Amino acid sequence: MTVTPDPANPDPAVPVRRPELAVWKFASCDGCQLTLLDCEDELLGIAEQVRITHFLEASSAPGPGPYDLSLVEGSVTTPQDAERIRRIRAASRRLVTIGACATAGGVQALRNYADVAEFRAAVYARPDYIETLATSTPISAHVPVDFELRGCPIDRGQLVEVITAHLAGRTPDVPAHSVCFECKRRGTVCVTVAHGTPCLGPVTHAGCGALCPAYDRGCYGCFGPSDSVNFPSFIPLLRRDGMDTLDVVRVLRTFNTAAPEFDAESRKEARQ
Amino acid sequence: MTHRETKVLRVDSLARVEGEGALHLRLDGGRVTEAHLKIYEPPRFFEAFLRGRSHMEPPDITSRVCGICPVAYQMSACRAIEDACGVTVEGQLAALRRLLYCGEWIESQTLHIYLLHAPDFLGHDSVIDLARTHPAHVERGLALKQTGNAVMELLGGRAIHPVNVRLGGFHRVPAKGELRPLAERLRRARDAAEATVRWVAGFDFPDAGCDHDFLALAEPGTYAIGAGTPTAMPAPGSAGLPPDSDRALSLRTFPVRDFPEHVIETQVPHSTALHSRLDGGRHLTGTLARYAISGRWLPPDVLRTAREAGLGDPREGTVCRNPFRSIIVRAVEVLYAVGEALRLIDAYEPPPRPYIDVPPRAATGHGATEAPRGLLYHRYTLDAGGTVTDAALVPPTAQNQAAIEHELRRAVQHRLDSGGHPTDAELTALCERVIRNHDPCISCSTHFLDLTVERE
Repeated sequence: MTVTPDPANPDPAVPVRRPELAVWKFASCDGCQLTLLDCEDELLGIAEQVRITHFLEASSAPGPGPYDLSLVEGSVTTPQDAERIRRIRAASRRLVTIGACATAGGVQALRNYADVAEFRAAVYARPDYIETLATSTPISAHVPVDFELRGCPIDRGQLVEVITAHLAGRTPDVPAHSVCFECKRRGTVCVTVAHGTPCLGPVTHAGCGALCPAYDRGCYGCFGPSDSVNFPSFIPLLRRDGMDTLDVVRVLRTFNTAAPEFDAESRKEARQ
Repeated sequence: MTHRETKVLRVDSLARVEGEGALHLRLDGGRVTEAHLKIYEPPRFFEAFLRGRSHMEPPDITSRVCGICPVAYQMSACRAIEDACGVTVEGQLAALRRLLYCGEWIESQTLHIYLLHAPDFLGHDSVIDLARTHPAHVERGLALKQTGNAVMELLGGRAIHPVNVRLGGFHRVPAKGELRPLAERLRRARDAAEATVRWVAGFDFPDAGCDHDFLALAEPGTYAIGAGTPTAMPAPGSAGLPPDSDRALSLRTFPVRDFPEHVIETQVPHSTALHSRLDGGRHLTGTLARYAISGRWLPPDVLRTAREAGLGDPREGTVCRNPFRSIIVRAVEVLYAVGEALRLIDAYEPPPRPYIDVPPRAATGHGATEAPRGLLYHRYTLDAGGTVTDAALVPPTAQNQAAIEHELRRAVQHRLDSGGHPTDAELTALCERVIRNHDPCISCSTHFLDLTVERE
């Protein structure tokens, strides 16, 4: 076996063990793990600091583990995946979910409000060939999770911060305030105040950099609920700006529909 | 069992593709009798939960089908819903859509070339390994990919699931000056794109051909990306030519609205992705098909580079049917997209409004665009209030599945016929290469090639 020289360790006689990173995929669009490949400026640097042991999107030579850090993308939608996440958890020192699917069930959790047998029959001529669970659930519903990174998709800067923090043995610096803070910081005029545009910014977790308002549209909540959501004062704002009950239900039921706060509020609205 | 010997073998993981798949091979007395590409990506039911949503929502929602080609989903959704509503987006808004799509082509095709496909030709497991032996090449690829992302980030807000696309155009359009820094990056990227074509053209290519009909959009006069008429070029076999014949055959077209009558989806027991057939036959969409059908409309400088890279001249009726050479065609498409993005930026004048109105009406609309991996068709039925009552999405990977299976059978048979006793590891590597030639995006439907070989 050949030993590749490690730039972090000039003296190969004393091998330094690099932390092992694994990336896993469940039901998802691949976008969050693509975010790692989209770190063009950092990718090769990261690869020097960690050993990317298992990352099938990028490498055809997966290693067996155990892994120091597992990044998990996607939600659990099949009985096999419910088993697989337990095996991954058992093989991982730390497990971090990346993205709305792994953290809140993803857009595919819209099945949680429907009859999945009917969904199956709508998409497949032979629904009996398709094995799937009636629900799409976040990873935390199945195994303990050390950190949840929000977003549909996750933010590249936050991902690098999570990996760096892990390497340094500290808590990732990922703020839990709302998108409104990011709008203020960016100097974006409030689209609700100035234009009466419905915007989920007040109840949505920061992380995207307040993109949507900067592009003249209301936030649609792709980072899920912020740490303090005040729906009793927020929903009337949406109504003032022209949304009816169905609109409110639909906007809460998109990419983070199974996040407890959005789920509870959308069910409350749907009962009206 | 009455057979001489049965050997079942499982090898994990189809790596360096988007999504999860498995392959089942049955070998019987030196013959390949079965090659099933199984896509077992868990179903996500987009077509079901789009029902009941507003007609404004599918561009945002369907982008989540695929993080690798979100713009393709957004563009096909917009075109289909605008078609239902009787609205056509033209002029600078259409040009900006094409510019955004060029960004996705540059990013996604470069990702495939450098990170997923090139390691196959150079004997590496990953781009990280490739970076040890070819650091300058990998850095060039990453910079080129970043340029594609920069186009998407500026126009779309972000590269994955852009937020700025809406029916009728955009939420906000850039001022002319905002695009200037992009133009500078793209000019540098043009050198990197040209160098990419020359680099991949020097790889070692197995002799191979493919006997499938090609299907791509055509927009005479230009290389079709975000619009066009579905156009098929028949397989050489139908004209009595060998499968690797490089002769172009006459094209046939049909309107996008007739897509469901020509491309029929059927479900096969071994896959969560539907199989589709074009007029009863096996077809391939994507890079090879696009180049065969639209190659003649590439600008002269891009065509010259393509000819120098050994692809022949599409204006003289030459067609590349070697799936391994798809990496060269992909590189040519990146070069084209870089130049096209520059042309669009040079000609850009901000439109008076960022979008045109798309009032709903009760109707069914059809839309198709060229995702980096091939033709992506969407259909929506709306009620008078704009609620989606029915939706159908036909992604390129589902269309290509039967063609990929055919190539797998052919490649393994060719390997068996050439003598010796290939090991399972060797067969797995061969099959993975055959699959990666087509850059299958199985997210449209996970990450394993479970190779099962049954030897009887």
